[in-house]
Amino acid sequence: MVVILAVLGTAFWVWRNGWWPYLRDEYITSTDHKRIGIMYIVLALLMLVRGFADAIMMRLQQSLAIGASQGYLPPEHYNQIFSAHGTIMIFFVAMPFVIGFMNFVVPLQLGVRDVAFPTMNNVSFWLTASGALLVNLSLFIGEFSRTGWLGFPPLSEKAFSPGVGVDYYLVALQISGVGTVLTAVNFVTTILKIRAPGMSYLRMPVFCWTSLASNLLILAAFPVLTVSLALLMLDRYLDFHFFTNDGGGNSMLYMNLIWVWGHPEVYILILPAFGIYSEVAATFSGKPLFGYRSMVFATLAICIISFMVWLHHFFTMGAGADINAVFGIASMIIGIPTGVKIYNWLFTMYGGRVRFTVPMYYLIGFMLTFVIGGLTGVLLAIPPVDFIVHNSLFLVAHFHQVIIGGVVFAIMAGYTYWFPKAFGFTLDERLGKAIFWCWFIGFHLAFMPLYVLGFWGATRRMQHIPDPTWAPWLNVALVGAVIIGVGIVLTVVQLLYSIKTRDQRMDVTGDPWDGRTLEWLTLSPPPHYNFAVLPDVHGEEAYWTRKQTAIKQDALIKEPDYKPIEMPLGTPVGVICAFFASVCGFAIIWHIWWLAILGLIGSFAVFVWYAWQDEHEHIIPVEEVRANARERRRIRMEHLHTLSQST
Amino acid sequence: MLLAACNRGILDPVGPVGQAEKTILINSTAIMLAIIIPTMIATVAFAWWFRRGNTKATYRPDWEYSGAIELVVWSIPAMTIMLLGGIAWIGSHELEPSKPLASTTPPLKVEVVSLDWKWLFIYPDQGIATVNQLVVPAGTPVSYRLTSATVWNVFFVPQFGTMIYTMPRMTTRLNLQADRPGPMTGSPRISAATASPEWASRRRFSRRTSLPFGPKARAAPGRLSTDALLPSFRSRPAM
Repeated sequence: MVVILAVLGTAFWVWRNGWWPYLRDEYITSTDHKRIGIMYIVLALLMLVRGFADAIMMRLQQSLAIGASQGYLPPEHYNQIFSAHGTIMIFFVAMPFVIGFMNFVVPLQLGVRDVAFPTMNNVSFWLTASGALLVNLSLFIGEFSRTGWLGFPPLSEKAFSPGVGVDYYLVALQISGVGTVLTAVNFVTTILKIRAPGMSYLRMPVFCWTSLASNLLILAAFPVLTVSLALLMLDRYLDFHFFTNDGGGNSMLYMNLIWVWGHPEVYILILPAFGIYSEVAATFSGKPLFGYRSMVFATLAICIISFMVWLHHFFTMGAGADINAVFGIASMIIGIPTGVKIYNWLFTMYGGRVRFTVPMYYLIGFMLTFVIGGLTGVLLAIPPVDFIVHNSLFLVAHFHQVIIGGVVFAIMAGYTYWFPKAFGFTLDERLGKAIFWCWFIGFHLAFMPLYVLGFWGATRRMQHIPDPTWAPWLNVALVGAVIIGVGIVLTVVQLLYSIKTRDQRMDVTGDPWDGRTLEWLTLSPPPHYNFAVLPDVHGEEAYWTRKQTAIKQDALIKEPDYKPIEMPLGTPVGVICAFFASVCGFAIIWHIWWLAILGLIGSFAVFVWYAWQDEHEHIIPVEEVRANARERRRIRMEHLHTLSQST
Repeated sequence: MLLAACNRGILDPVGPVGQAEKTILINSTAIMLAIIIPTMIATVAFAWWFRRGNTKATYRPDWEYSGAIELVVWSIPAMTIMLLGGIAWIGSHELEPSKPLASTTPPLKVEVVSLDWKWLFIYPDQGIATVNQLVVPAGTPVSYRLTSATVWNVFFVPQFGTMIYTMPRMTTRLNLQADRPGPMTGSPRISAATASPEWASRRRFSRRTSLPFGPKARAAPGRLSTDALLPSFRSRPAM
């Protein structure tokens, strides 16, 4: 009820201030990769709050329900909460964040004007949003799944989970999964086919390389997820017997299939994060990334090996010594390229001039946290060690260490780093550092105790704690979660405060951090078409080389010949398609078949309508391009003079 | 049953399997710490020494490659992983759950069935069965055959060592031994990923009295302790 009121209230507020046309034209129907990227990140931030609410509820329950006390959450409720936490944090927080950064940054870094398929990009976003909507709808209508974030059968079969929870989970993930695969098609095509002149593969920034690897993984792995969930849907809806206990079903098949997707999934998240760290390390050390080629090679090695390790998620299934050992060693091998990356960031700092900005804090915090996460990861990859810590709080601590210490820190670093590019002013530095300390200290307090409890034999997902001696550690973990919560609140405060005081921190030059890659070449925020003329790339660090030459000669490059630019028009096709997809999904969950068919026809019809449109592009007149470009050159000249004088 | 203070899980193993696994855990951690601690120190030291304000540090704005360093940074993790890979290979074979333990005493057979919210232990040779209480003699290897009557679950007594899944329509095998008598807690509410939704509940604990015994085990209802809310696992002195 409160949520519905809040949504309606926000909608009314937007309408009353007359922001609706702007929101509709510039965001909702936008085909601009930057706007779509921002929408992904807004979605992820909202879902982060939801996922965190689940987290704090779990920590509170485990601190209260000790010994004789039963806490405040009954088991069926608690099980919904941990399932929702995992599902939302992975699919609707980490994924949209990472995809949002790729959307915003990759075309800019490649020096081009948009992705390969701008309209499809808009559709991808809205399908992801549709999945997020359905997952959250389960709060109000029906229930959430109680079967964990991967929905293992036979528990997720109709015999054991007759409610709509698992259906919500399956349908929401199927719809958002389509969006994710379309994104991957888009980005693989963009990175392979559309780059600025002279931008050969080995001149691409590392973030583009890691995005390419990540999207290749999505392209290869997400169809497996779609199939596994589809088979489970067939079991639940049409009484098939793929994974049931009777009728010849085999639930081990699902376990294998879901992890064939599930393990690459964690690399889909961490590889772009590594890319962000690489950009941050080079920029704030004032040096090129150390061992660029070895970094690229390590990324591709991780990309390939990540498909060969899925069995380490169930060493305790009893597959036999040879199989366990082979998969254990394969898992450890991933540690080699990952270790190399850590050393390369280390040597990027060596001989540099390190500026301790907020993104740099996250980089150093990550390097310190992630190596411990790597250590516990390698421990879990040793089958005989996994036999005693599998499915324990040790495991919970490990994957939070790599996801928070790896992915979330990167997200926060990237958010601070690229915020001025997106909005034209930097975020408040002091609050940024406070947020970092909240995440860093909060994380360690929340998860280090779980390692200890894991050693003491505490298993994961317990609604009630039998052993009162665990209480002190659980309370420390609760305090840690609260500190992280303070960090999340401060993030909102920082955003509002930075908007209010933005005049003090305007980024007029488009290059607030003394950057090295092409996104810093254009204005902040960049015009819709990004670059008036596609930049000519020489060398690995396109913008840095250009900047240094300009400083040396105290002159910009000769003014090029400006031409009119053709850009895609905005389109409502994404949001209409996602509307019908949501209707269809909702109808499938509640077995309203006529409505499901209607939704399906609707979402198909909108594409037919789109295909019949004649106008997909509009021309930006050369006068406008030239005027903008001249203004930018004027600012650049001034900036250049200050730079030349200082060196 | 909850003798909390003396139960320190996998760090206090009572049998050879748990002991060996604890040793591997500690050795591997030590090997990795030898690499990781210097790396962590170097991270902080490099960042601090090469801070912008430090005039004593040399700035090398173009230094981006060194073949010698590349060789070293690839070899350090590679050699560590080779060493740990060897440990993993040997450990996996030595401690394979289905491998019988070396002992002069013939193993006791126990069949384990996970039911909804409880465990059934069948002793086929003794012709008895228990619910939620596993009693095994100290110093004797125990050979478990495990399955599930409903959803997946995990059989795990931290102080014994190795855990293993129980899965419907499939049988897993596990060999463990307890050398020290005494009560110990098993994991009564194993991961709900694989267990029933309400597994975690005491209040929901089902007290069924009719149990689906296999034909091999003679039902001995008098010995079934359906009152026990928490499963406990104990080893007792050898008779």
